[in-house]
Amino acid sequence: MRLFLLGGAAALFALSSCTAGASEPPSRIVITIEHSRFEPSKLVVERGTTVTFVVRNRDPIDHELIIGDRAVQRHHEVGRDKHHHGEIPGEISVPAGAERTTTYTFSRPGTLLFGCHLPAHYAYGMRGVIEVD
Amino acid sequence: MVTGAMTVLAAGPALACGGLIAPNGAVNLVRTSTLAAYQDGVEHYVTSFEFAGAGTKFGSIIPLPGVPSRVIKGGDWTLQRLAIETQPEELPVPVALSDGETTAAQSAEVLIEKEIAALDVTVVRGGGDAIGKWAKGQGFNLPPDAPEVLDFYADRSPVFMAVSFDPKRAENQGIGSGDGIPVHLAIPTDNPWVPLRILGLGKQSDERIEADVYLLTDKAPAMLPNPIAEEGLELKQTGPASDLLLSDLRSDRGMSWLPSSDMWLTYLQVDSSAGSLSYDLAVDASGQGEPSEVDAGLARAGSVYVPDDGRAATALAWVLAAVAVVLVIKLANRTIRVSA
Repeated sequence: MRLFLLGGAAALFALSSCTAGASEPPSRIVITIEHSRFEPSKLVVERGTTVTFVVRNRDPIDHELIIGDRAVQRHHEVGRDKHHHGEIPGEISVPAGAERTTTYTFSRPGTLLFGCHLPAHYAYGMRGVIEVD
Repeated sequence: MVTGAMTVLAAGPALACGGLIAPNGAVNLVRTSTLAAYQDGVEHYVTSFEFAGAGTKFGSIIPLPGVPSRVIKGGDWTLQRLAIETQPEELPVPVALSDGETTAAQSAEVLIEKEIAALDVTVVRGGGDAIGKWAKGQGFNLPPDAPEVLDFYADRSPVFMAVSFDPKRAENQGIGSGDGIPVHLAIPTDNPWVPLRILGLGKQSDERIEADVYLLTDKAPAMLPNPIAEEGLELKQTGPASDLLLSDLRSDRGMSWLPSSDMWLTYLQVDSSAGSLSYDLAVDASGQGEPSEVDAGLARAGSVYVPDDGRAATALAWVLAAVAVVLVIKLANRTIRVSA
């Protein structure tokens, strides 16, 4: 497995190396939350890749990272489950000032979204896109 | 020369002068009015919190230009008298309340705690992150724009007044729906400013912000942004304040510092979307006619100073280089690609 950064500035983002294959450790991507924004907010992942997301919340308020398609995002936007402890891949709550990880395998090509569905956060702009090649 | 300035910010219904921070999304505050007055280097804030009666705890947070030297109960009719002067159709009901002292466990650098009727007033100093965590520790849910807004203010003045309303105390004290509780702060500071951007805290970008701002100065004030040029901030009236108005204000509790004559009244109206209200109102009380861009939130504190001599070109080159670097970073595709 190889890891590509698009754009030289992407080197500014904390991002570890990765390896390939089901038996190899997953890729690792650091997503930073500051001022209720995800950084980076666009990812491209090759089908079959397993990625461990390290989510660093630099805000003094709680956030979460929810990965999934539009139906998943819609479900969380209207749902009442506001605490995600990592049991479900790609869904994790990140308290203020904390760091949490969640691992997700991108098995099918297409476009996925990630966002925070605490009240008003998604509408404020806490969302991103993952293109799965 | 004595320089005096008085600013009154009266928010319309369902609009708060400070950013609301409420647990469970419940906001009972229906109206907040604020008076910020400046005289002999001291800014006087008189803020009235009006609410809709019984309900859950709620609060408001207001950035301040400095650390208050005192926090007391505000006058009973100061805000109302100013409203009568300019908006006779809006007559909030004054309430006689008693002062008191209280303390509460706080996690940030709490400078002042004061119980005023059903309000717990706390002056806190800290950066945006510290203030946010402190508010969170008090049980309030900050809206998603709070981190950025708190940083916006803390970069200039890391002092905030947080006010929480205790509905049980209000009930015990007979404070009912529509009643107001005035709070008066005396804040030593070089120049007054009126926080406006905080009005949009927690609001959608297209939500309207409407507020009335009154200035009383010893001369026609210099303001930034210029209300003539700034969309969303309109100069409605400017001229000498009547001696009757000043006399009425002086007769209220804690208002005797106000000059009895020769003051200039300016009335401005804020009518802006929350997304466009990205500034505060800076007032130059020095007589130099140079309101601060930093106080107005139009420039960051500690911005690069470009000297007006031979070094200017070099400094400008560095600034342009820095801008170019930022643009490169912004324009670069921030996509991270992970492939097999």
